[in-house]
Order: sequence, then structure tokens, then C-alpha cells
Amino acid sequence: MPRKTYVTAIQEALAEEMRRDDRVFLIGEDVRIGVFPSTRGLHAEFGDKRVIDTPISELAVAGAGIGAAVTGLRPIVDLMFGTFLYLAFDQIANQAGAMRYMYGGQTKVPLVFMAQNGAGSSAGHHHSQAVHQFFMNMPQIKVILPSTPYDGKGLLKSAIRDDNPVIFLHSLSLGGKRGEVPSDEYLVPIGVADVKRSGSDVTICAVGPTVYAALDAAKQLATEGFEAEVIDLRSLSPWDKQSVLESVAKTGRFVAVDESFPACSAASEWAATVAEEAFHHLKAPVQRVSNADVPMPFSPVLEKAVIPSAADVVAAARKTLT
Amino acid sequence: MHHQDIALEVVLDIYTRVLRIRRFEEQVGRLFRQGQLPGFVHLYIGEEAVAAGVCAALTDDDTIISTHRGHGHVIAKGGDLKRMMAELFGKATGYCKGKGGSMHIADFDIGMLGAIGIVGGGMPISVGAGLSAWYRDSDRVSVCFFGDGAANEGSFHESLNLASTLALPVIFVCENNQYGEFTPAHKAMNITDIADRAVGYGMPGLVVDGTDAFEMYRAAKSAVERARSGGGPTLIEAKTHRRGSHAEGEEAFLGGQSYRSAEEMAAAQAKDPLLLLHSYVSENDILPAARLETLDAEITQSVSDAVEAARGSPAPEIASLFEDLWL
Repeated sequence: MPRKTYVTAIQEALAEEMRRDDRVFLIGEDVRIGVFPSTRGLHAEFGDKRVIDTPISELAVAGAGIGAAVTGLRPIVDLMFGTFLYLAFDQIANQAGAMRYMYGGQTKVPLVFMAQNGAGSSAGHHHSQAVHQFFMNMPQIKVILPSTPYDGKGLLKSAIRDDNPVIFLHSLSLGGKRGEVPSDEYLVPIGVADVKRSGSDVTICAVGPTVYAALDAAKQLATEGFEAEVIDLRSLSPWDKQSVLESVAKTGRFVAVDESFPACSAASEWAATVAEEAFHHLKAPVQRVSNADVPMPFSPVLEKAVIPSAADVVAAARKTLT
Repeated sequence: MHHQDIALEVVLDIYTRVLRIRRFEEQVGRLFRQGQLPGFVHLYIGEEAVAAGVCAALTDDDTIISTHRGHGHVIAKGGDLKRMMAELFGKATGYCKGKGGSMHIADFDIGMLGAIGIVGGGMPISVGAGLSAWYRDSDRVSVCFFGDGAANEGSFHESLNLASTLALPVIFVCENNQYGEFTPAHKAMNITDIADRAVGYGMPGLVVDGTDAFEMYRAAKSAVERARSGGGPTLIEAKTHRRGSHAEGEEAFLGGQSYRSAEEMAAAQAKDPLLLLHSYVSENDILPAARLETLDAEITQSVSDAVEAARGSPAPEIASLFEDLWL
């Protein structure tokens, strides 16, 4: 199976879906040039109407995507950085997620918002925050955050074919990461987790780049005689509660690893669910590993100290094990 | 006011739309005062000429986006009074099955893409509807109704610029009813005409007497022609006046304070769009008085029928809470 980078996998997903369905188009700032190379080269193949450069107007561009979606098109709105979604909040929170319901099922909003999520490029607070947790709190918005090239391609293709608004978050820190990507067409379903490593002593649940911290932690724990099960959720909304609860039923210990700021984070939601629904299986209190509760600093040394590390995950797992 | 360039059937059509909105809104006001309607209602009384004139210049395929003060737009586009009234009562037979309410009525079958409760929130969506028409090479146009208050939102500026940059078939219709909630528009902006802002986005900006339905029709027609021929967007500022409250029962928000003078209200009354239209068609013998009376009686009856139907309709089942979710 060919090994491709995460960015190439996303690029392939966009091109394949645009070839398959002429209602699919890409809109955003500098999508022709492709600041993040995932959109690069698409303009040459698809032309002006299907790869649309816009002014820097996140609110209007997000809303234009919604307007196009409710009138029969299938837009992919590239908002570049997750933090720029804050500028489009009204359109996402008040309109995209609600329109179908608010209008009694008269319409649908088949739309993908795309942005890079989280830290890793030392770009400071305005370009390095993870934003996925905000959108988990909004009804009827799907949120996905793949960690591998395979999942990136398969999930983005599913998102584009989905009849509902989906926020597809990718991570710059994973952009150059290589992995196996089949040449034949495939889809990864939204809302289904992937068990990356089996184990019987502790369940570690992660998403996006923190999956790698979790896997590194699992290796370390193995040297100490503990077998961790690592679950990559891949989708945050809806999320695969069943897989997590089944794993906890087996291990009796739960560590939630998530690059959000701590309060009301994705990890908080998973931990609360495990505490509510798997309490009788738990042998130790659940643990959360989240960002330090500070704005994202610039210096690489400081940035690294803010986000969950393998050592943080090991320390949290040990608390459940000893 | 004159109609020399407007066909007689269009005159009657515009008159009918204005009257239908007025009678519906009067009834909604009465129902609200009687405590029969939940939530807030924002009436369109005094502004009917805008929606009626603009929508008379559209085809069924053209789309509109509306605001929290949206009943008039739905009716002008051809909305069904029964489904509207049922929605205001929060009933299962309403346009949105009771999930939207007064500020969120939509009828996608007639190109009414929805009323949006956030000031300025519909503007980007209207740009998307225009983008959709452009994308498909269709001659459909997208009309965006919004108020003077929205002209101070970021979405106004972003939307006009985006529509202009891409030369999209969008017609921005600003209903300057002189008030953003209780703040006079002239205190919220340091210009007299919102239409002046069009220059900054490279599109025509027209100031129109929004109490004159014929002037609104003419302005809309020219903007529609421009949009259909690929000329891009137009900003139309309709100078109108909110005859009634910001929201019905606004006294509760005001705590005894007033924000408009009796003189101002009297001047607005003298420029009432229905009054002007009625006087014009009567005094110039354009439409016979008997026909106008019959029309009024029919419309009044259809509004009463809508109220009766809404009262007799079932409330939504609680189970419907979990319907109309993800496909």
C-alpha cells in the first residue's frame, strides 16, 4: 500500500470528491494557492467556479457556504485556522447547525468547514488553539479530527458526502506525517473510533495529535508491566461512546487525553460519560489530561509544555494503576 | 406617487400583498395583546410597501432571506397564512412544526430561505444563495432584506464586499425604519443615507421612498435586471418607518420611558404605505372601490380562517423534539 503524507491524503480526498460530484466546490481565502498545500493544484484542474478565492471575511464566507448548501450545492469552506472559526461563530452556531431543525426539516445543510486545529507550529495564541471542544457543544454540528493520513482521507470524503454540516479539523503538526493510504476508493465512517492498541489494564482515549502521545505513553507503561488500550476517537461529534464504554468495562481504568483547555473540554465530556455510565466498572477515579489553563504561548519550549505529552499521559495512567 | 409605467395587474398585485401583510399583522398584534401568542412578535406595520414592491419584481424561483421582523417578507413572497399563523401559535401544523416561531419562518418551496433572528445574520446566507445561482449559470437572483441596525454589523460589510468581489446576483434591501430597537438610526451612524456605503463596495446604492410601493417595485426591478444580466449586486435603502413597537408589548422593556415623539408618529401615520396606496388607487379610479372592499373582506376572512385553523391545530408531540435532526 502506498505511503502518503497527511496533507496529500487530504488533497486526494478533495480532488476525488470534486471529480465525483460537480456540486462540490471549495471556497476560502487563498485556496487557489493553497497556503496549507492540501488545496494546492485544485484550481488548475477545476477552474474558477469550483475553487473560489475570497476576501478575508470568515463570517461572510461561512454564511455563503450555508446559503449555497441550502440551495443545493455542497460547499467545502476552508477557514484556514481553527481560531478563525471564532470569527464565523454566528453562522456556525446560530445558522448551520440549527437551520434544518429550526425550519422543521424543510432544508438540509450539506457543508464542510475545514481548518487546522491546535498547537505544534509555534504560532502563538491566535493560530495555535484547538477549537474542537466548542463545536462539540453545539447541537447538530459534526466534528472530526483525524490523526492519520488514512483517516484524514477517508473521513474527509465521508464529510463531503454527508448531508449535514461537518467541521473537519486537521493538524498542521501532522501535515508531513506519512502513512498507508490505499489507491482504491474507501471511506471512513464518521462517529466510529479506532482501537490503535489493545490492552487490559487502562483505557487511554485520545484524538488528533494526542493519539501519538497516548501511544508513546502506552509503550512506556508496557515497560512498567501495564498494558494500555489506546482508542483514537477520530470523530468528536458524534463520538463512539460504545467503544469507549466497552473498553472501560474491560480495563476498569480511564484516561482522557485531549488538546483542549481544561474546562468543558472534549476530555471532560468523555470522562463524565465514563463516570456516569461505567462507574461500576471503575477501579480508580477517571483522569483527564488537557492543556495547561493558559493562553497558548509562542516559544516552542513553552508551547510544548502546554499541550499533553506522553509523560503527562503516563503520569495520569499511573494514578489509576497504583 | 404614480404608476404610469406599471401594468394594472401589477398594481393590483402590489396592493394585495400590502393589504394581506397589514391585515395579518393587525391580527397578530391583537392576538399578542390578548396573550394568545407565546414569545416575541415584531410587526411589519408601516413597512409593507418594501416587501410588496420588491417581491412583485421577483419570480417564484428567486430567493429571499428575512429578519426577525419577517412576517411581511413571507407573505409578500407568497407564503401560506395558515401555516404562518400555526407557527406563531407554536403548533405542529406550522411552517416549522412549532420549532421556529415568529422569527424563524421559512418556505423553501417558494424561495423563502428563512427568517433569521440574529441582526445581520441572514446577509452572508443571501450571498451564498446568489453564489449558488452564479455557480449554476441560472438567472435566479437572491434578495436580502435587513434593517438599518444590520448595516452596523460586520456581516453587512463582509457580505456586500464578498458579493461585489464575485459579482453575484444579490440585491441587498435595507429597510431603514429609523430605529434599531429603541435607538434612532441617526445616533447609530454618522451618515444620513446607508446607501452611501455602497460606494465603498463598488456597487450602486439607491435611496428609495420605502413608503411608496411603486417606487420600491421600480428600484427592485432595475436591481433585478442588473443582477440577472451579470452586473452584480445592488444596495437599495428603503426609507420607511416602524409604525408600531420594536416588539409587541415593548412597554415592558421601556419601564415608562418613551423614545419617539407624538409628532414623529403623526408624520409616520401620514406616510402610511397602505393609506398612500389606497388613496392613490381610489382617487385616480385605478381600482374600483367595490373591488377594494371585496379584496379587503376576502383577506380579512383568510386571516380569520388562519387563526381558527391555528387554534384548532394540535400542539407538537414531545417526540417531535427528536425529529428533523441529522440526515
